[in-house]
Amino acid sequence: MSALPITAPGGAAMKVPGFWRRALHHRSFVFGAVLTALLVLAATVSLVWTPWSPYEMDMASKLQSPSWSHWLGTDSFGRDVASLLLVGARASILVGVIAVGIGLTVGTALGLLAAARRGWVEEAIMRFTDFSLAFPAILSAIMMTAVFGAGIVNAIVAIGIYNIPTFARITRASANAIWSREYIAAARACGKGAFSITFQHVLPNISAVLIVQITIRFAIAILAEAALSYLGMGTQPPQPSWGRMLSEAQTLMFQAPLLAVFPGMAIALAVLGLNMLGDGLRDLLDPRLARAR
Amino acid sequence: MALLEVKDLHIGLQTQRGPAEAVRGIGFSLERGETLGIVGESGCGKSITVQSLMGLLPASAKVTGSIRFDGQELVGASERTLCGIRGNRIGMIFQEPMTALNPVHTIARQVGEPLRLHRGLSQADARKEVLALLDRVGIPDAASRLDAYPHQFSGGQRQRIGIAMALACGPDLLIADEPTTALDVTIQKQILELIRSLVAERGMALILISHDLGVIAHTVSKMLVMYGGSVVESGPTAAVFAARAHPYTQGLFAARPVLGAPRGGRLATIRGSVPELVDMPPGCPFAGRCSHTIDACVSTRPPATWLPHDHAVRCIRLDEIAAEGVAA
Amino acid sequence: MSTTTSTAPLLQVTDLVRHYAMPRETLFGTVPLVKALNGVSFSVQAGRSMGIVGESGSGKSTIARLVMALDTPTSGSVELEGRDLHKLPRDALRTARRDFQMVFQDPYGSLDPRQTVARIVAEPLEALAEIGRAEQRERAGESLAAVGLRSTDMDKYPHEFSGGQRQRIAIARALITRPKLIVADEPVSALDVSVQAQVLNLMQDLQQQFGVSYLLISHDLAVVNHLCDDVCVVFKGQIVEQGPPEQLFRAAEHPYTRTLLDAVMAAPPHRLG
Repeated sequence: MSALPITAPGGAAMKVPGFWRRALHHRSFVFGAVLTALLVLAATVSLVWTPWSPYEMDMASKLQSPSWSHWLGTDSFGRDVASLLLVGARASILVGVIAVGIGLTVGTALGLLAAARRGWVEEAIMRFTDFSLAFPAILSAIMMTAVFGAGIVNAIVAIGIYNIPTFARITRASANAIWSREYIAAARACGKGAFSITFQHVLPNISAVLIVQITIRFAIAILAEAALSYLGMGTQPPQPSWGRMLSEAQTLMFQAPLLAVFPGMAIALAVLGLNMLGDGLRDLLDPRLARAR
Repeated sequence: MALLEVKDLHIGLQTQRGPAEAVRGIGFSLERGETLGIVGESGCGKSITVQSLMGLLPASAKVTGSIRFDGQELVGASERTLCGIRGNRIGMIFQEPMTALNPVHTIARQVGEPLRLHRGLSQADARKEVLALLDRVGIPDAASRLDAYPHQFSGGQRQRIGIAMALACGPDLLIADEPTTALDVTIQKQILELIRSLVAERGMALILISHDLGVIAHTVSKMLVMYGGSVVESGPTAAVFAARAHPYTQGLFAARPVLGAPRGGRLATIRGSVPELVDMPPGCPFAGRCSHTIDACVSTRPPATWLPHDHAVRCIRLDEIAAEGVAA
Repeated sequence: MSTTTSTAPLLQVTDLVRHYAMPRETLFGTVPLVKALNGVSFSVQAGRSMGIVGESGSGKSTIARLVMALDTPTSGSVELEGRDLHKLPRDALRTARRDFQMVFQDPYGSLDPRQTVARIVAEPLEALAEIGRAEQRERAGESLAAVGLRSTDMDKYPHEFSGGQRQRIAIARALITRPKLIVADEPVSALDVSVQAQVLNLMQDLQQQFGVSYLLISHDLAVVNHLCDDVCVVFKGQIVEQGPPEQLFRAAEHPYTRTLLDAVMAAPPHRLG
């Protein structure tokens, strides 16, 4: 059987009364959930309030250290770093949500189709994923933005497209394991067709794997966006972006090292939080519960 | 001195609904060369008991009482001591031949592993021993199959390989946990024959776990009937089969469909179902499901009543049940 | 031998053959074949039960799958009330499934852990798409009651039940369309002896109550003896002996049947006093 922590009470696990109790005791889950919540909070808060406007340049107060008026200091244009971080969170989340969304919808659909139809359909889809995965991700993204132009939209598309083969493979592997279960045979014996079986039986039972994968790919999307912005190909000025903040801070490493530390930490904590959340969910949704007979 | 003496063994486990007692004060003894069968349904504690003999329980399990193997106390023994005993002085055969063997190691390597570990044999010497063992357990053409992998053998053959592995170091005690449940009926007979002859040949003691009364009848001389973590009846196989004193034992025998019985009759069932470990009554575990239950059954654990031929039964209502039987 | 009556049989299986092509080992040359079934024929009369006995690899599970039209035969036919199931167009087959349902071996694998018992039991009705959700739920409740479970169990999930109870849920699901034939593939093998007895009694009661026929696949001769009116012994894809259990198990003719009987370890005494 697959080594992935799939199905059985994957989702039914959540209906077991003890789920939230176990969740709140799971260190990885709690830590990850807190960090992820902070990320979301930062982006949400930035919609209504930031300490200063992130676009306001104040050359007189450039390159200041953290103080009571500028909590994290200012950058080389006099912009408040804290405000830049908050608004930058928006870009990260936007990219994460849409890029993962693209991968999830298209990739999962392909994976489910491959598992349901088998035969040459499955072969074709798998060869397509092999082909796509053979291209190095970041280079492909760079190539696309070079061809189609820099900007957040193109960055999202580039990163999203790469998620498609990943989700397709994972979905297909998990779905194949489900198709061999007896309750699928029971559904077929009732006369249900592959389409109904896929949506009523297969998809709910692989949801645990997909949820975990979403958190992981979200983290990767944030990193990818930061990398692209660092190279000048992602979010364009004046839109704040953590990656670009890093890039700008590079030349000022000896004058104002904190300028690199803060966006770097923001990226690291966001990615760490999402990965830990994913780890925690993987443990909690484990079909271990299936053995409590 | 008995080879194995278990006294007042209690094992507590962590379940989803909190801590519960999986084994409640069982005791038995086994001499060299004796065969003991443990009969019971799922959840009665038979597998947990033998796992505790090997020290293979999960870390969260709490064990109290005494398990003396050849004079050595195993409860609370260090992992080092236990490792020295497992595979060496006590061998175990598992239920699922499909999963008990590592699919990525050759059988020569797996069967030779205990030999290299406990006897320090070199690879070449171990290989010779393995060949002898495989021949003895009846693997055809063993010499050419030493470097084959488990998936290249049938279920019955894999179980034979498992037996060879358990016997490799010449253990004093062989534990077989449902060794034939996953096998076909014709293979089952061959495997049990093999185990019986090996046990007789090497003078080992045998503990055989089975849910199948037929297997027990043909293989072991003493038996325990377990329910809800307690031994409800124990004694020589012939005596227990003849007397069937405990109501649970009676229920177990009556519930089987028997070949040759007239069709159309209903099978006698034990009403209700096995309660979860945390819900076990403090007294007799069978209280509530037993048609002879009285208040005293629920509150106090029944002491052992001794019948002739070393036959023990834990039931306080034996006299009434016997009287009913005569009257009926 | 198969019973001769003037009425047509409920199920007629004729010369059923199933060969599986294995993955190629060489690029050219013949494809290796696994011959799971090599020409099996038997019939089941309405209201009576047939047992299929065999060991692993005998082909008995293949018979179950072919009768349930979950797999297509290499050759041969499976006729339910005169209609060949494998020649029916897809829609006709789907509606025909109302008349034959299946109970599987593994009580832990045959129920979708993500669905409530009500949905699981009503699934055959839902697949037929003839009645609405509310009525489906009502019928599910009736079916559960027939197998001895309560209506409060309807909104629970499978993991909240024991093995024996799950098997009852599986039986309730098989019953809900009031089928004429239930194919039961090792329905009690995974259950404890006392639970097995409860489920076997239930199956007997249901047969008397609803007049359903069973095609019971099992390796356990005693179970087949208890429940079935006729028995087929299968070995390496062929039926080697066929007849009523009393006759077969007392005076078996074929050597394989004798081997099987010999291997059964009866716990003495054979008859209960």
